Amino acid sequence: MEAKNEIRKISLNDFYPAVLAMKAENWRPVQICAVSVPGGYEMSYSFSKNYDMVTLRLEVDEEQEIASITHIYPCAYIQENEAEELFGVKISHIEPDYHDKLYRIDETTPFKVKE
Amino acid sequence: MSKVSKSPWLLHYDASSCNGCDIEVLDCLTPKYDIERFGIINTGDPFQADILLITGGVNSQTESVVKQIYSQMPEPKVVVAVGICACTGGVFKECYNIKGGIDTVIPVDVYVPGCAARPESIIDGVVKALQILDEKQTALRQNGGDS
Amino acid sequence: MAKRSIVPFGPQHPVLPEPVHLDLVLEDETVVGAIPSIGYVHRGLEKLVEKRDFKQYVYIAERICGICSCGHGLGYCMAVENVMGIEVPDRAKYLRTIWIEMSRVHSHLLWLGLLADAMGFESLFMESWRLREKILDMFDETTGGRIIHSVNQVGGVQKDMDSTMLNDVLRAVEDLQKELKPVIDTFLQDYTVQSRLKGTGILKRDDAIAMGAVGPMLRASGEPYDVRMLGYAAYGDLSVEPVISTGCDSYARCEVRLKELLQSFDLIREAIGKIPEGPVSVPVKGNPSGEYFVRIEQPRGEAIYYIKGNGTKYLDRFRLRTPTTSNIPPMVEMLKGCQLADVPILILTIDPCVSCTER
Repeated sequence: MEAKNEIRKISLNDFYPAVLAMKAENWRPVQICAVSVPGGYEMSYSFSKNYDMVTLRLEVDEEQEIASITHIYPCAYIQENEAEELFGVKISHIEPDYHDKLYRIDETTPFKVKE
Repeated sequence: MSKVSKSPWLLHYDASSCNGCDIEVLDCLTPKYDIERFGIINTGDPFQADILLITGGVNSQTESVVKQIYSQMPEPKVVVAVGICACTGGVFKECYNIKGGIDTVIPVDVYVPGCAARPESIIDGVVKALQILDEKQTALRQNGGDS
Repeated sequence: MAKRSIVPFGPQHPVLPEPVHLDLVLEDETVVGAIPSIGYVHRGLEKLVEKRDFKQYVYIAERICGICSCGHGLGYCMAVENVMGIEVPDRAKYLRTIWIEMSRVHSHLLWLGLLADAMGFESLFMESWRLREKILDMFDETTGGRIIHSVNQVGGVQKDMDSTMLNDVLRAVEDLQKELKPVIDTFLQDYTVQSRLKGTGILKRDDAIAMGAVGPMLRASGEPYDVRMLGYAAYGDLSVEPVISTGCDSYARCEVRLKELLQSFDLIREAIGKIPEGPVSVPVKGNPSGEYFVRIEQPRGEAIYYIKGNGTKYLDRFRLRTPTTSNIPPMVEMLKGCQLADVPILILTIDPCVSCTER
């Protein structure tokens, strides 16, 4: 069976409306992945419907804040908290917010690119 | 007085293992390997355990738990580190959240290597631990201990 | 209104082989909320990808979890192969399929045993684990390892199965299927089992999709989603159909897993019947550059593997989203409204695998 598996680049302004549209069309949240790149992060939000998978790719600077999608997809909280704790991505209004105490590790943001 | 090693009770704790050794430890209790034929019973209560089986390397969260469990066990007691992660840290040694083997936190009497440790070697390790348990008990009695 | 109290559940609990902690908010005996907290077995394996070259990392990937080991190796290798454009030989694809179906059988039998143990049905637990030994013996014979097999490598598999081994696997599957029949009947028809499972832990289809449930959880809510339908490895040549149930409760989840066991037996038989001759691996030259998301169906559900390579032998990033990560939020939802005494069974019905989740 052939199925879509694509990465769609998206700007920070279009991001929240795009996730809302996904929810309205009953897409299933699949995963959230953060990648450290010099000076910022690449965030990938994957959604799936039937067998198609679409990944929304968001590129943000280190200090830029991303709105949490937990108000649209409540189940996103574990992976958003993980991105915040391990990478230091700034995500606002996660519900519930663990405040970097999800894994309770000794090191702060081990995955962040350090100079 | 009879020896503890005739019917020792065993406590298993997963420090931060990958599950492989844990299911092998559980496997020892099931019909094919059946560790109960040595009179050994798996318990969940540290206050009644004689042998502590630990799998996985230690991280900062499990460190205090391991120390607490160890201090709650009555003398004489032996510790068996099951699997290469519990012995030295294994493949995870370089991970940021792993301190190393169990011996960085509490004294270990028997090391069972393997990834994952096979049930035969786990049983072998436990049987070795029984001899050490006897020696410790004899030493304790000579020093005026009450057990 | 009844007084609220918080009861801690875990990290050490008799039904859980692994440490995970839940704070249960109770009104009398009824659970009204639950807050999961994890991190007891977090090791930081994804970070290790920067210290090991991409071929060595297969061994780390296999040690993410001792139950789903075979699948993790496969998923990682598939991601690297996709980025590098490597076409794996057909025989290797079939061997991978056989091994991963065997590991599904071993994982489901392990789960059935743990479920029986959680209900206090000791003899059923022992019987499930006794039968599981047959499949572990086959792993031992064909790969040399019982739990961690190290068979996958980038570009194919490390070992081949000769015709004696294939015949032994066939015979073991026949035996197992025969001996499993009374166990399946007990799980599906026994009064005690039914009274613990039926009607508990309801997860409706729409909720399951919105909360991101995967695997047997999702299929037991009536959604026919099984990543094997995508036809990776040799699944494209085999007859796979998602096993579903519309019960939406714990009993339905048990039923789905039991039927998947039988499906796996059929798939193993079909794959052994169709396996072509030929090499089992291709040489790998160069380093991965680029990114790719791979989906595979683990025993616990859909797992996502993501790699990003930069043209050197060390990868920039490896990410794994395990089925349990996705299944924890629906589990928390499911716990609301249940009785305290049912909590251990409900947690078990998602088949939690904590060391996968925390990596």
